[in-house]
Amino acid sequence: MLPNLSRRAALAAAAVSLAAPATLRAQPAAVKLGILQPVTGALAQDGEYGRLGAEFAINEINAAGGIRALGGARIEMVFGDARSNPEGGVAEVERMQAEGVVAVVGGFASPICLAASQAASRYDLPYLVDVGVADTIVTRGLRNTFRFGPGFGAVTGAALDNLVRINDAAGKPARTVVVVHEDGLFGSGMARLMNTQLPARGFEVLETISHPTPARDMSNIALRIRALNPDLIIPSSYYAEFVLLSRTLQQRRIRPKGIYCVLNGAASNFRFVREFPEAANLVMDVNHWADPRKAKTAELRRAVEAQNRFWLYNTPLNYSSVMLVKDALERAGRADRVALIEALGATTGAFDSHIMPYGPTRFVNGQNQSAQAVNTQVIENDIKVIFPADFANARPVFPWPA
Amino acid sequence: MRAFPAEIVLEAVANGLLTGAVYGLVALGLTLVYGVLHIINFAHGALLTLAMYAAFVAWHAFGLDPYVAIVPLVPIFFALGYALQRFVIGPASRGDDSNILLVTLGLSIAIENLMLAIFRSDTLSVQVPYAMEVVEAGPMLLSLPRLIGFGVAFLVAAVLFVILALTDTGRAIRAVAKERVGAALVGIDVSHVYAVTFGIGAACLAVAACLLLPSFYVSPRVGNAFVLVAFTIVVLGGMGSVPGALLGGLFIGVVESLSGLYLGDSLGQIGIFVIFILVLLFRPTGLFGARA
Repeated sequence: MLPNLSRRAALAAAAVSLAAPATLRAQPAAVKLGILQPVTGALAQDGEYGRLGAEFAINEINAAGGIRALGGARIEMVFGDARSNPEGGVAEVERMQAEGVVAVVGGFASPICLAASQAASRYDLPYLVDVGVADTIVTRGLRNTFRFGPGFGAVTGAALDNLVRINDAAGKPARTVVVVHEDGLFGSGMARLMNTQLPARGFEVLETISHPTPARDMSNIALRIRALNPDLIIPSSYYAEFVLLSRTLQQRRIRPKGIYCVLNGAASNFRFVREFPEAANLVMDVNHWADPRKAKTAELRRAVEAQNRFWLYNTPLNYSSVMLVKDALERAGRADRVALIEALGATTGAFDSHIMPYGPTRFVNGQNQSAQAVNTQVIENDIKVIFPADFANARPVFPWPA
Repeated sequence: MRAFPAEIVLEAVANGLLTGAVYGLVALGLTLVYGVLHIINFAHGALLTLAMYAAFVAWHAFGLDPYVAIVPLVPIFFALGYALQRFVIGPASRGDDSNILLVTLGLSIAIENLMLAIFRSDTLSVQVPYAMEVVEAGPMLLSLPRLIGFGVAFLVAAVLFVILALTDTGRAIRAVAKERVGAALVGIDVSHVYAVTFGIGAACLAVAACLLLPSFYVSPRVGNAFVLVAFTIVVLGGMGSVPGALLGGLFIGVVESLSGLYLGDSLGQIGIFVIFILVLLFRPTGLFGARA
């Protein structure tokens, strides 16, 4: 019995080995895609959630048969850690280019995106920005650089317009504003913008209060806010400082008619909502957020939460960006960098596998013209979209109930 | 400059006093180490960070309330401080004070990066039910965790004062602080006293960390936010003076609070450093320092 089986096994093995080269030839080469995120250093949390989104998209594409136009080629992720600084981002782009990636997706912070996309441009390597909002990213005339999400100008413009609409719809309860901002580039720039734009829209800025990062204490700011008694507080701070501020306001029983954040580090972050539900309650933010009406959004959110992780905007933005690369590869019909740049620039509304609350995709100079930030609000321990109405899954609670 | 109603100024002063007491506690360890070892411990901020992570872990892993965590953390940090001085800083300095400076600086870098490697750069905080509690005192709302911090800081300073004044160890510490060679001649083990002093400094930080944690967050660099203020307090109160550290802490707390109220928090720091320079110019021994 035994030798007999052995001979049969040997025959089978020979058959397989003869057939193998043919099978290999039929299997197209995998397409290498660079995923660049800061997963160490100050931005590590954001980077981890960005990588997660890209991984979900790549796994999904491969499970569904890869890229059809390339004979079902799989996408192979080449991951790079930007180490939370531009130099790290550039070094990883150089490595990815040497490894032969067809495009790079990610970067997260504007300074990393600026440097990394410039490095990629030297090789005609398509670079798709995931989050970085600096307007200059897409105004340098780099053919290789694309951004699916909105830029700073679009976000703040929408933030101001939506504030007026929300206030008007509620019968104009808010007129006076206190701006609280961190004293770095991001917060100060935002405060300047608010000071020039808000008066033109009928709001009075009572005071602009700056604070350092890190801040030890927000009691004084809370006291000043209490003395000023504004209708609205507009904060621009990073995560820890905004959490400290909102907790201090809660502690000192300061309840304005609303807290309206723009691109805030905490207000659209489930970690804040889970850890400090009372302080987070009813805080509004204008930020990136996934389209709550799409079934895929709920599916992805469940998958992320099943891993005991929070649902942050980095994940859907990166998921959607990788899906865009896949869509462009299908249209380009070959894994060629220049062809891919052409295809990305020619993307239309037919691209519908993303999960962002945007209109039909249309790129002008690398910027998706339909990209927009949405207004979110923490309602009943969930982050809801309250504006624009087309994408909303809740109505704004404004002014706050007394 | 905006004029604020009296109750707001009053509350700012009260807030400053409450915060200042914890600053004083952080400065206490620093001033003690300076007074006895005549070194500036650059690892002080990093040790505070380490203590805050320890208190966080005690809460996260063992469900220990930060105030309860004081009980195990004080002996642990005393032992850690003792060992650091006895087996790392002392031997590595080879008797040269300027080496100690570099050794403690190196230690702080090592500790910070160790925390970064273990806990990542995220800010962490504990959720305790009383974190947002306030006590109404007339028109003022005073934070309960800070009131507790204020009381405990004074208690620690009192205990420390008693130890230094009445116990044999305290006498030995004071003897070494005054005259190292003389103390050694009468049979005091100087390197043991150095290590005990360093241990007490670290134990003070453990208490401060547990007092801070309910209303503050911890990240690998959080200690630096406090240690610069602590340096100013030590200079203001007089290098090596225990009551000086506490009163200096209260004073700096009020200055920071009022300049924060009137100038904004970004400029609030200016008040502290103006005082730092003024003290160095006009009273370099500090308020309670011995005349040089």
